[in-house]
Amino acid sequence: MKIAGSFLLLLIAVSGFMVVRTRDVTSQTLALSFYGLLLAVMFFFFQAPDVALSQIVVGAVALPLIIMLAIARMKHKEKSKGSEGGQ
Amino acid sequence: MNVKWRLGMFFIAGACFLFFYLIAARNLPPWGHYPGPYGDVISSLAVYQRHATDVVNAIDYDYRGFDTLGEEFILFTSIIGVMLLLRDPKPRGGTAESDEGLSKTVKVSAGGLFGITLIFGLYICTHGQLTPGGGFQGGVIVATAFMLVYIAENLRRFKAIASHPLMEVLEALGAALYALVGVSALAVGLPFLTNWIPLGTTGDVFSSGTIAIISASVGLEVATGFILLSYTYLQDIVSGREE
Amino acid sequence: MLAFHLIPYAVAAWLFLCGLYGIVTSGHLVHTVISLVVLQTSTYVLLLAVGFRWGAVAPVFADISPGVVTVDPVVQALMLTDVVVEATVVALLLAMVVKVHEKAGTLSPDDLRMMRG
Repeated sequence: MKIAGSFLLLLIAVSGFMVVRTRDVTSQTLALSFYGLLLAVMFFFFQAPDVALSQIVVGAVALPLIIMLAIARMKHKEKSKGSEGGQ
Repeated sequence: MNVKWRLGMFFIAGACFLFFYLIAARNLPPWGHYPGPYGDVISSLAVYQRHATDVVNAIDYDYRGFDTLGEEFILFTSIIGVMLLLRDPKPRGGTAESDEGLSKTVKVSAGGLFGITLIFGLYICTHGQLTPGGGFQGGVIVATAFMLVYIAENLRRFKAIASHPLMEVLEALGAALYALVGVSALAVGLPFLTNWIPLGTTGDVFSSGTIAIISASVGLEVATGFILLSYTYLQDIVSGREE
Repeated sequence: MLAFHLIPYAVAAWLFLCGLYGIVTSGHLVHTVISLVVLQTSTYVLLLAVGFRWGAVAPVFADISPGVVTVDPVVQALMLTDVVVEATVVALLLAMVVKVHEKAGTLSPDDLRMMRG
């Protein structure tokens, strides 16, 4: 049990570092989603089902959704400004 | 200042932080040997005092209900902030740009999952006092169900649902209901946010007094808040690409 | 040999420093916001590690009797609302980033500092 818990924590440490090191924003959102799912597994290991449920729904679904919507809105503005400026 | 200076200062500050943190961490309980008395006291008392089997939700909405009221209003204020910052003063007609379009599999499965997700979210919302769940989790699940409508490319229906003025009224109602439940305790002569409704039998859905009501109101507020949030971000795109 | 009783605290400090490193060396404002999220999750690891007990069960008494040894429920109650509120605060930060992109046209913090007046 101790080995499993320590391995999970090590995986989280590595995954957190990879989220920060990803420079492209869209890939970083997907890395954040995976990191959130890994955190939810850790919360289950720590016997916290409420928090794990919260983390799955928010950290793996709603948070990357909001970030993707913001990126899409900025890209949409860029495209519409580009088309207006070109004409 | 350029990047090298910034990184140097960061490493110095990080080293200082680690030094003081390790000194403090020596006095924390070793991993897996939680000593403190309060957790055990609450675990043994909460079921008998509040007739709720989920102790974490009983703490959230009853023993420490005032903190959750503050957090709910943080959520409310952030959503108001986003709507103020991103609301378009004039709805632009927009160039209807052609996108690749999602495949039929995505559209059909998203449309089919809507009903199941909605019912599941409502179940989690209302059973917070018995099993893990509660208002916050259930509210986000319900909001995700409505986002599935957008993914299923029903843009007209999504816009009709999300821009309805009832959404804003429901969100304000959800936020106000929490405070009103607290004030109702004042009206009966007890301190603010006391659990004064008859507690019912443990294990029943209609048990644990005000915990169920507060959980439902939080779920309403979180669900409508997230729908409004998504719609505010998508306003440009939805009005431009309406089919 | 391996200090098992210190591992989660070390991971929490490592995540905190990772998030801070991401904020300091960021070249894109959305990257800064996501590094802030990583910073926030370090507190979750720390809080849960403080309240954990080997061999204990979750503090939900729907199917067990209230005398069983459980983990600390107070810490979990503190974290539950925090996870959801963090998402809306990130939404507010991203709304500000969208506004910056509208007004200044660029999203790199270094360029933003040079545009004055």
